[in-house]
Amino acid sequence: MPEFRHDAAAIRALVRDDAVHRDVYTNPQLFELEMERLWQSAWTYVGHDSQVPNAGDFYAVTIARQPLLMLRGPDGAVRVLLNRCAHKGAKVLGAREGNCGKVLRCSYHGWTYALDGTLRTVPVKSGYAGTRFQESEAARGLASVAEVAIHRGFVFVRLSRTGMTFEEYFGEALSSIDNLADRSPVGRLEVAGAPLRYMHNSNWKMFVENLNDTMHPMVAHESSAGTARDLWRDQPPEAPKPMVIEQFLPFVSNYDFFDKMGVKIYDHGHSYTGVHFSIHSRYSAIPEYAALMEQAYGAERAQAILAESRHNTVYYPSLTVKGAIQTIRVVRPIAVDRTLIESFTLRLVGAPPALLERSATYNRVINAPTSVVGHDDLYCYRAIQEGLASNGNEWVNLQRNHSDRESEHGLPATHNGTSEAAMRGQFHAWVTAMAADGTPA
Amino acid sequence: MHAAAETEDLIEFVYREARLIDEKRFDEWYDLFADDGRYWMPLMRGQPDDAGHTSLFDEDKLLLKIRIERLRNPKSYSQAHPSWCQHILQAPRIEQRDAQLGTGVLRTPFMYLEYQDDRQDIYAGVAWHHLKRGEKGIVIALKKIELLNCEAALPSLQLFL
Repeated sequence: MPEFRHDAAAIRALVRDDAVHRDVYTNPQLFELEMERLWQSAWTYVGHDSQVPNAGDFYAVTIARQPLLMLRGPDGAVRVLLNRCAHKGAKVLGAREGNCGKVLRCSYHGWTYALDGTLRTVPVKSGYAGTRFQESEAARGLASVAEVAIHRGFVFVRLSRTGMTFEEYFGEALSSIDNLADRSPVGRLEVAGAPLRYMHNSNWKMFVENLNDTMHPMVAHESSAGTARDLWRDQPPEAPKPMVIEQFLPFVSNYDFFDKMGVKIYDHGHSYTGVHFSIHSRYSAIPEYAALMEQAYGAERAQAILAESRHNTVYYPSLTVKGAIQTIRVVRPIAVDRTLIESFTLRLVGAPPALLERSATYNRVINAPTSVVGHDDLYCYRAIQEGLASNGNEWVNLQRNHSDRESEHGLPATHNGTSEAAMRGQFHAWVTAMAADGTPA
Repeated sequence: MHAAAETEDLIEFVYREARLIDEKRFDEWYDLFADDGRYWMPLMRGQPDDAGHTSLFDEDKLLLKIRIERLRNPKSYSQAHPSWCQHILQAPRIEQRDAQLGTGVLRTPFMYLEYQDDRQDIYAGVAWHHLKRGEKGIVIALKKIELLNCEAALPSLQLFL
């Protein structure tokens, strides 16, 4: 087995233009390097600022192995700090979310920090008299992450000191988040309650790839969406469709539907399916909502916002967004074959409750650990995880609609919806980050 | 005498309901629900009963039917190894009762084991059965399941608690 850490050429050899080596999904050493290189140099999603509405509110996450705190200060600013006491390293806040009051206080020796991370008090500080405490790392308090950017309430971090700016990294791909937020008549979103938390016993990239994989729904979801279709088949065409039927049926659309949907590829691994239409395009209208949107934006702009019906947008590697149904899924890799997927329901501030009901229903039916759609997806990821142990073919094929001249076309580029171009784009970003010369920043 | 017999009926109903799931007699189980019956497992402790929050289960009879039919579908790949489950119930207690309406609310702490392939997952919680008298006897208006670890990251949970 090659020692990947010191061998950029060995890492580059794992990614061809139209195939990837199985090691990218199964090798624990590569997983550790992904955490250090890809996940630290990327802009990754922490949370939404509506999760911390008041001073002292915090939300704790782990990204690239590091415990982080998204925290609202008394000045109203949202910061992201390392959740690590400056003294002996204990996580300062143990809960996943809550309010820490006016200071953060470590549970071990009672050091306290202001909400911007500054060290406030140390018990019996006289014990440090005559030491070089002021020059120590400890005196600097809780470290901030290298870079934080907040876009329409979505809080992202870049953990490495060097790397692309937020705008360089995401570029025009941010239009999916914009469209999601614009769907609120006042342009604001709120996280609605707790996320669905689904533990996957598979590599994180299988989930991320699947979001723009349009050749699987009619196969993997035949048993769930196909059953819904069959149970509904005897209904007269004019019968009003229950919400769950409306949400299930498009999953078993034919190959032509998914192909014509289109996929848009951006630089740095980002992409979205549903350029022209999607499985969300034909939900029944909510007239009261349409009226509110027209009032807020004018008829033309309101129509343009609602006409976008993107399927899944991948903000590589950590976030996937479904604007048209207002749910997001957050990717939290834990080990090479273990990934937590957290699915949040978003409320469009100022929109009628029917929108939230639709989002909450979709999230439950499709993304929950109890979802019949999710069960079959995860079954397939796990089948890959186990199947890749086979010797004799070490390559995962990503050739669908590949052309040798693909890299000559500039980005963004739009392809037919069933193309595997999005996955090829993800691995281009992957190998760029992973095989960067020298040590990570 | 009449009241005692009815108490026994309600409690027996809860035991039978769990047994039908464990024995995969899903059509009989489905028939235990009132036409407007509901099977609900909230995602949060104390979650309000409104449409403004997502849940782990919130099934009407249509969704229950989809799940039941899917489990029988040979293309249900996640059931390549069929799952089996076992309920272990503490004695149900009647928490509310209206003899005239024939309704009752029962509280039943439980353990639930779901097994597939070489893996067995253990869950616990409290089931609330809101029962009423239908034309064909006792039916479920609402079965609410308060899962002990509802906020936890869960693996695939494939049958019915």
